[in-house]
Amino acid sequence: MIGTGGKDALITVIVDVVRSGVILLGVLTAFAYVTLLERRLLARFQLRVGPNRVGPLGLLQPLADGVKLIFKESFVPARADRLVYLLAPLITVVAALSVYAVIPIGPPVHLFGREVPLYVADVNVGILLVLAASSLGVYGIILGGWASDNKYSLLGALRSSAQVISYELTLGLAVLGVVLVANSLSLVDIVRAQAGLWFIVKQPVAFVLFLLAGLAETNRSPFDLPEAEQELIAGYQTEYGGFAFAMFYLGEYVGVITMGALTATLFFGGWQGPVLPPVLWFLIKVFAVVFVFIWVRATLPRLRYDQLMALGWKVLLPVGLANLAVTALLVVWRGGAASP
Amino acid sequence: MSALTHRLRQTWAMVKGLGIVGRYLFRPAITVRYPEQKAPVQPRFKGRHFLTLFADGMERCVGCELCVIVCPSQSIYVKAAENDPLAPHSKGERYAEDFQINMLRCIFCGLCETACPTGAIVLGHEYDLAGYTRESLIYTKDRLTEPFPGASGRDPNRVV
Repeated sequence: MIGTGGKDALITVIVDVVRSGVILLGVLTAFAYVTLLERRLLARFQLRVGPNRVGPLGLLQPLADGVKLIFKESFVPARADRLVYLLAPLITVVAALSVYAVIPIGPPVHLFGREVPLYVADVNVGILLVLAASSLGVYGIILGGWASDNKYSLLGALRSSAQVISYELTLGLAVLGVVLVANSLSLVDIVRAQAGLWFIVKQPVAFVLFLLAGLAETNRSPFDLPEAEQELIAGYQTEYGGFAFAMFYLGEYVGVITMGALTATLFFGGWQGPVLPPVLWFLIKVFAVVFVFIWVRATLPRLRYDQLMALGWKVLLPVGLANLAVTALLVVWRGGAASP
Repeated sequence: MSALTHRLRQTWAMVKGLGIVGRYLFRPAITVRYPEQKAPVQPRFKGRHFLTLFADGMERCVGCELCVIVCPSQSIYVKAAENDPLAPHSKGERYAEDFQINMLRCIFCGLCETACPTGAIVLGHEYDLAGYTRESLIYTKDRLTEPFPGASGRDPNRVV
């Protein structure tokens, strides 16, 4: 017989499972449709139409792509390191998806007489967890590139890891500026701190840094050197096909959505906004950032490798440090930063 | 300092580039949605062949086989026969009893059209010729003859 305490615990577990499931499903659906959105938008930017044959307006295209990739042969190169080769895409996917445990998509809602928060966990070091998970994603890339036993894969993996590690510093510094102003590492608290004024107004430099570092972090144009097809075929995923390739692809696009969600959370007040329901506001903001990512991809050409490194280390990093120092001084000067 | 202004100018150029690309988003696509929509062809475009008719329904082809002789890829076959004087098919002594063009061999050079003394064979505007078998791409006389006088675009009242 289950006592009241046991019953409560059971309900909590069920609520958590349902919540995680809904968020995972939501992210995966978003991934599928971001691929379509990117193809359609890029086409429109280039005065083309884009995929419009599968279903109305091409809306079933992601489904067709998925079915095609699943039914493809799962191929492992003869001299590849089998275990690592198959493990690498899994690492990427897990690292990319686990971020969504701490990203709040809305304020707590009341369902069936219980208060249900619209995030899986309000970790008090949430933003650290996000940065750590996105760093873990690099393992997927470099292990995949190494295990493929292919020169292009290896070079792509090297470029990718060097780039991600370099730009992670800038990303961290940009986030630190926000953390100083919000006085918290929890993403929920950061959103609550923007009730009056969005942090893009208080931290414009950090916002630009975050956007640039986010582009580099997700290996997207104009920082898409790891996949520079003219030089490296497809970079670290050259030897991957079928579902393993789909998982790398998923990791990449989920990364883009994560950057959108983080930008919305850190700089655009998360779920907060007038009139419309909070979750919708959050989705609109994420969409806006993803749109900008695609827009940039349609416009800017790829950087040279030395330019990439020079931009990261000689421009963005010093600017990030200066921004952090100025922010810290201002916070202390105004008597903020209440001691815990 | 000049290096810094140079960099700033470059950054501004990137922002301007974004603006230009953003404007293009609102332009209509130039794509021709092919199966539903076809790009117009020039008046003298050389597509599939037609065997033309006079306005009264008489065949122009007199079975002279000049097109067979001139065809560089030897894709035309004509079997000529004598006209029955009481019920003639054409206005000459002979007519084409059978007329075949192998569309897989044809290079659409239009020499047959040039060689034809009666203007019987013309190249039309239809270019999406495809089939599932080789046999289906050997056009026989019933498929080559225009469905009604003037269907190929050639004036059926012209003498030649």
